[in-house]
Amino acid sequence: MEIDPFIFRLSIFILSIFVGYYVVWSVTPSLHTPLMSVTNAISSVIIVGAIIAALSSDNEVVFSSSSIYGFLAIILAAVNIFGGFLVTQRMLAMYKKKKKD
Amino acid sequence: MSSNLSAILYLISGVLFILALRGLSSPETSRQGNFFGIIGMIIAITVTFLSVGNFSSGFIYVLIFLAAGGSIGAFIAYKIPMTAMPELVAGFHSLVGLAAVFVAISAFINPQAFGLGVPGNIKLASLIEMSIGAAVGAITFSGSVIAFLKLQGIMSGAPITFKGQHLLNALLLIIIVILTIYLCVTQSSNLFWILIAISFLIGFLIIIPIGGADMPVVISMLNSYSGWAAAGIGFTLENTALIITGALVGSSGAILSYIMCKGMNRSFFNVILGGFGANEQSLSNQNKEQKPVKSGNADDAAFLMKNASSVIIVPGYGMAVAQAQHALREMVDTLKKNDIKVSYAIHPVAGRMPGHMNVLLAEANVPYDEVFELEEINNDFANADVAFVIGANDVTNPVAKTDPQSPIYGMPVLDVEKCKSVLFVKRSLSPGYAGIDNDLFYKENTLMLFADAKKMTEDITKNL
Repeated sequence: MEIDPFIFRLSIFILSIFVGYYVVWSVTPSLHTPLMSVTNAISSVIIVGAIIAALSSDNEVVFSSSSIYGFLAIILAAVNIFGGFLVTQRMLAMYKKKKKD
Repeated sequence: MSSNLSAILYLISGVLFILALRGLSSPETSRQGNFFGIIGMIIAITVTFLSVGNFSSGFIYVLIFLAAGGSIGAFIAYKIPMTAMPELVAGFHSLVGLAAVFVAISAFINPQAFGLGVPGNIKLASLIEMSIGAAVGAITFSGSVIAFLKLQGIMSGAPITFKGQHLLNALLLIIIVILTIYLCVTQSSNLFWILIAISFLIGFLIIIPIGGADMPVVISMLNSYSGWAAAGIGFTLENTALIITGALVGSSGAILSYIMCKGMNRSFFNVILGGFGANEQSLSNQNKEQKPVKSGNADDAAFLMKNASSVIIVPGYGMAVAQAQHALREMVDTLKKNDIKVSYAIHPVAGRMPGHMNVLLAEANVPYDEVFELEEINNDFANADVAFVIGANDVTNPVAKTDPQSPIYGMPVLDVEKCKSVLFVKRSLSPGYAGIDNDLFYKENTLMLFADAKKMTEDITKNL
């Protein structure tokens, strides 16, 4: 019997939870705030769905009842992506080691 | 673009996101990690454009909306002061949540675009997945908005509780499950809208009873929720990048909530049920008998520190409120010039979100290898000459180790009282967030410095 593709996705999901578990425990506590802002940025990869939704109308109409939600989601996710990565960058740039004297 | 190729590229972007988090294991590799994250995001977006393959006028609009959102995000990222990071993160969580809701709605209205069937006859699995995505997204959204308002001070940090609150929440959760089942049977769009509305309501109800002191847990928890919402949508879209990311973010937020709960010695359940910090006030007012307190001025503090060979700084959120971190670093620089060893001790729940204090110190140019976590430094207090407590309170309270009656009993605290002398900068003797009196104030070796943290630190520097 053929395996449902859903099972494959579920496997990826479960394994990723474990990967996340071990990777996040290895994050140094002093970087927990950048961790939150970067997870914020990457979870906005949901923009993938927003783009598909925005480009879903098949005829000349750009803004249909379904695509409008896609466009709104694009704005929200874009704020997060740029804001998240840039603020993380800004924070990480501040972490400096002791100057050797 | 063939769907196999795009699936592989999505997988690569998922792996890059894992590397982005992996990079945060040390500050040296962290910037490279962030770069991996950005590459992963660029790949994911580009692949989506290529696989949709629709470069009509709609595509131009997508780019415009992307640029518009991007500039808003970039503007916020450059403007935001580091003290406001908790608000910013809460705000960003709400956006992820709402985006998830919008994508789910769009998929429900126009399932053909996502290859999920036709309206009124959406594949059962997809319908369940998008309901979960939409519900969790809506909870994340309204919960984060409340958290944002509480952190920003627009809404009072005091917990809002009423009778039957938990019963109501439980009831609403059951209704959500029942609605999802009915939705799958009937495919009715009305049910879908009601489902979303109730989810918004429940996010609101879950967060209002949680007090300001528990905000670090709340932010971490909402971080986790935003991840699960993304994963739910990832299943709907059959997109690996989204599934991997959702799982990563979900577990990351869960771990951070756990760490924060442990830092306060509270169970996760206890935090969620809320009400902490509401009824403790009366307790502290009972034993208001005047105990003797030694207080001093900047001169005394400078004298003590000048004659010390090692000093440990214990910063707390009060330091950030007084904007004293730069003044503090200048004081430390002067101490170091006098060959005094200085280190910083950070409690896990210092600040208002995980790692907040570290960022604030880093901003004030404090090298990260002088900053230590509770477990790393707690044994050093016994050998240090001076502990300088600035803006921290509950996390230094020895009562947590001695008095089983205390609401903070069992919470890990910094062993500040073991130092030869303790300098405690505070405006008054008022209790901290937990609403309890700090025994440290009345110890033999404690010198209270009653002043604004910033002003006191500057005065000490002048006297050194």
